[in-house]
Amino acid sequence: MTGELQMRNIVKTFGPVKALQGVTFTARPGTVHALCGENGAGKSTLMKILAGVFEPDAGEIYLDGQKRTFRGPRDALEAGISMLYQELDLAEDLTVTENLFLGREIRGRIPFILNRKAMIDQTVQQCRLYGFDLNPLAPVRTLTTGQCQIVELLKALMRKARIFVMDEPTSSLTEAEAQRLFEIIRRLRGLGMTIIYISHRMEEVARLADEITVLRDGAVAASAPASEMDIPTVVRHMVGRELKDYYPARRSNPGAVLFEADNLKTAEGIEGISFAVRAGEIVGMAGLVGAGRTETARAVFGIQPLLQGAFRWQGKPLVIASPADAIRQGIAYLTEDRKRSGLCTILPAGWNMTLPNYPRIGMRYLLRLRKEQTVCEEYGRKVSVRWSSPSVRAADLSGGNQQKLLIARWLMAQSQFLIFDEPTRGIDVGAKREVYQMLADLAEQGKAILMISSELPELFGLCDRILVMRRGRLVADLETRKTTPEEVMHYAAVEEPRR
Amino acid sequence: MNRFAKQLLPFCSLIFIISLWSFLEPDNFLSFRNFSNVLRRSSINGIMAAGMTFVIIAAGIDLSVGSMLALCGMVGSAAMLFLSGASWSQIAGGNYVPLTASAMFWGTVIGVLFGALCGWVNGTLITRLKLAPFIVTLGTMSIFRGITYLMNDGKPFAVSDYTFLDIGTIGPFPASVVILVLVLAAAAFLLNYTPFGRYVYAVGSNPETAFHVGINVPRILTVIYTLTGACTGLAAMITTSRASSAQPTAGISLELDVIAAVIIGGCSPSGGRGTLTGTIIGTLLISFLRNGLTLLDISTNVQLVVIGAIIVLAVTADQLATKRQS
Repeated sequence: MTGELQMRNIVKTFGPVKALQGVTFTARPGTVHALCGENGAGKSTLMKILAGVFEPDAGEIYLDGQKRTFRGPRDALEAGISMLYQELDLAEDLTVTENLFLGREIRGRIPFILNRKAMIDQTVQQCRLYGFDLNPLAPVRTLTTGQCQIVELLKALMRKARIFVMDEPTSSLTEAEAQRLFEIIRRLRGLGMTIIYISHRMEEVARLADEITVLRDGAVAASAPASEMDIPTVVRHMVGRELKDYYPARRSNPGAVLFEADNLKTAEGIEGISFAVRAGEIVGMAGLVGAGRTETARAVFGIQPLLQGAFRWQGKPLVIASPADAIRQGIAYLTEDRKRSGLCTILPAGWNMTLPNYPRIGMRYLLRLRKEQTVCEEYGRKVSVRWSSPSVRAADLSGGNQQKLLIARWLMAQSQFLIFDEPTRGIDVGAKREVYQMLADLAEQGKAILMISSELPELFGLCDRILVMRRGRLVADLETRKTTPEEVMHYAAVEEPRR
Repeated sequence: MNRFAKQLLPFCSLIFIISLWSFLEPDNFLSFRNFSNVLRRSSINGIMAAGMTFVIIAAGIDLSVGSMLALCGMVGSAAMLFLSGASWSQIAGGNYVPLTASAMFWGTVIGVLFGALCGWVNGTLITRLKLAPFIVTLGTMSIFRGITYLMNDGKPFAVSDYTFLDIGTIGPFPASVVILVLVLAAAAFLLNYTPFGRYVYAVGSNPETAFHVGINVPRILTVIYTLTGACTGLAAMITTSRASSAQPTAGISLELDVIAAVIIGGCSPSGGRGTLTGTIIGTLLISFLRNGLTLLDISTNVQLVVIGAIIVLAVTADQLATKRQS
């Protein structure tokens, strides 16, 4: 068949690690092929071999039945293979058109002078051809992440790409942008393109995929048309075990009200936010991206000053003017972006753990390095961080271990009220379960938890109550037992189409 | 292991330079007198580099330290002269004024405190106006130098009796070397054994994370620049003592040597990485390099070229090491 991609018996080892042990993978034109697997299962390695970044130790790649050898990314590009990475690769200060023609500008008759008009015309024409809505003269800096992805796609299309590899393409998109991307993916499929889609989000896989291949420990665990493999099966193949108790069992046993927010308003666009969290309770916060959930957390943690509103702690007024105030009172905030605002990635993991806690471990004025190491190891064991020692750099831990490290930090701080912002983002299925278990244990110990999440299943799996935000306001406070995902989505999104 | 490897290269370079000079100039280089001279000369750069280490670990830079050195020297000397009862016309005219011991002591203190004040101004401008340290200290570099020239119309203040920091000894050791060792010990203690030191690393590695764990980032930065200012003030008084006068032209392009020592010692200009041991090695490396080149009768102009090249090499080596890590 024309355009068929086949990777046969691909083997790749890195030192002692067998990243891929004989993977055979076939993707047909005109299909969306989902590639699933936990972090470290070999998805990225396989795709990097396809893109010519790595050379395989053994195995062949066939395109249209012809054997191909990619000696570098350039060869793969020329063969029509395009990778859409999580981090986009555009020149921010150039316009859409300039980016599209970067390195292959159309020249006019006069030497060194570019034919701008021809390039803009072609951009408009291409956009119309694929039904993209882009301003050819807009600087890339002014575009949203979703629009940038479209520019990347268009760039690939103009270079005659036929196979598109998308690695977690929706991770930084809003719900509406994700919808638009799905439409585009379906349109590309209709044009006979091959889309290889990597995602941790099972709902997306279920919605888009025609075929699903699951990798586990560097080998194919399952590969079948989507119609023959449902999501629980995919998940089972990913982890190699049944996930009957994917979410830990919880005895819902809320105590007295610990923290209250009253009528919060900040300059980041939230207004009239009031809620209470009880000891031993996990309260979920649902809403679309941009609904003001993170902004609420930032207000509570003293990052963004209040324009209006007040806090109470066990009924008594509480002033929070900075993160330091919040931490002193026993509030913790685990941000959605660990690398940007959670960790000092180039510093030792142990330092990251003790950073806000010196007074609490008896080192207010003076560090005792030996004791610090012991304390870190002790807390590392509590959350089962896998590290060779606390002196490894935080950057060298996996996403799941980084999250555990941060949980250990706030355990050490003896925080009573913990705000988790997308606690399972970018961590693999196995580590997700451990994080869920930890959240349940924290609640069991009488701590209050506010959990912001875009994944409804995890909110329903863990929370006692679910708060729903929409456009900077708190629009619903629902008991999990008495509500449904549909009702939550209704509150979160009902006004969306009217915009 | 990695931190060790990082200092291995500068350390080996230091050993190499010392061996090379010993081979080329055994008579002049390998004398107690020469080594003692090099160490005394290193004291000025070393004290300033100790402060600069904090600044660079916190992802900052201070270009104003050279000018600040001249200004602090002038202020400290003027204070000494006034406290010894000299009139302005005597001071400005550069007449010999006998200095009292207490005037010299308090003049020194004032010079150091004035340095702290200059550093505090740098830190406050950087944190309050949220400007890049490079820009602020480029500005204050010019401002400090200008004020220095304005103080006595470009003429020095003579303090002939102020010799202790130059030729004085504490026990058998030169006073300036003892001061250097004390400053380095205090800085190493602060950086490695106090929460403040950790905050410096955290602010340099990721200021947003630092803020999120409750660190008062502007305060830490202000303290860092103030400390560097105080170190510069101390170095200024040693410089003044060495010249028996405060020269308004002192310390021109000294910031180059100080920043170079810190960078060569393995501090990352992008922040979060560096050690005082590295800074000490870097300082000695530059001092011995200059000393040997001078003994070999190679002009200071060539020395500038060599030191510049070594900075670029050191940073390249650092980049390569970082790349291999990730």
